[in-house]
Amino acid sequence: MIVRILGEGLYELPDPDLPVVEEIDDVLMDAVDRGDEAAFTGALADLIGEVRHSGTRLAHDDVRSSGMVVPHEGSSLAEVKALLAEEGG
Amino acid sequence: MGSVTKRLSGILQAKANKALDKAENPADMLDLSYEKQQENLQKVRRALADVTTAKKRLELQAAQLQDQTDKLQDQAKQALAQNNEDLAREALSRRATLAQQLQDMGTQHDQVAKQQQQLEATEQRLSAEIEQFRTKKETLKASYVASKAESGIGEAVSGISESMADAGVTLQRAQDKIADMQARAGAMDELIDSGALPDALGGGKDDIQAQLDAASSSSQVDAELAALKAQVAAGSLPSGSASAGADDQEPK
Repeated sequence: MIVRILGEGLYELPDPDLPVVEEIDDVLMDAVDRGDEAAFTGALADLIGEVRHSGTRLAHDDVRSSGMVVPHEGSSLAEVKALLAEEGG
Repeated sequence: MGSVTKRLSGILQAKANKALDKAENPADMLDLSYEKQQENLQKVRRALADVTTAKKRLELQAAQLQDQTDKLQDQAKQALAQNNEDLAREALSRRATLAQQLQDMGTQHDQVAKQQQQLEATEQRLSAEIEQFRTKKETLKASYVASKAESGIGEAVSGISESMADAGVTLQRAQDKIADMQARAGAMDELIDSGALPDALGGGKDDIQAQLDAASSSSQVDAELAALKAQVAAGSLPSGSASAGADDQEPK
């Protein structure tokens, strides 16, 4: 799975590591839904940490499409909510 | 519903497709992509210059606030030396307010540094992508013209346009932060320039210094007064009061 961290770049994540990332992704979604800033901040940091740790960074000129897009490091809950709201428009 | 990363992926994809809507055929799409990449790179470079300026400005302001903080600390010491505990307390409480502002500026500085880092990464990525895309697009265009083969084009364009959408979102986020940062820095500059910083925190321009100066000149007056009193006690002044005392005793 190719994962993009916004503002950072692409990582190739081995399939066996995918469930852990997906689990954190769910925690993140839950935090967004509940509007829980602290849980959100923690989950986002965990998610980025996990992708960097388990994934292999792709070279800058290795341009591929990704299947997962992780918000910018240090994003606030409001920023991500605003980004997700662009879905309709 | 859904996950954050999947939804964001869909949003980024939609943005990427929208950017290329104007292309009439795959060959145009390649040229349009290339144009957009270059535009994006210019924008990212401008934002990077802005964010660097914002960071320097914050550092300058923090240094000014630090000077003020140190000065208030000195003033508190001087006030204590003059046994004026109330004034020392006032200086320290203003110092605490400034220290809080300094801390907030530290947080802002960290945020600007993070923006700078993300923009730098975006700039490097875009530069590398553009270089690679430039050669690839000519090859792909040639094969499209020769055989109408579109397969490689779609693949090349979808990756690059997603990356451009990422750059666009990152840029927007940075620009929002920069605007916010500039507004705050502007307000802070006005305060510092007008010399109103101590004013805004209560009191006159530097009323603490004025009180310290007044106390030190009044202690000089006290010293002179004491010297005069000592002279009077030693009887070296005209003896008006001594003769009045003698008159009192006369009727007895």
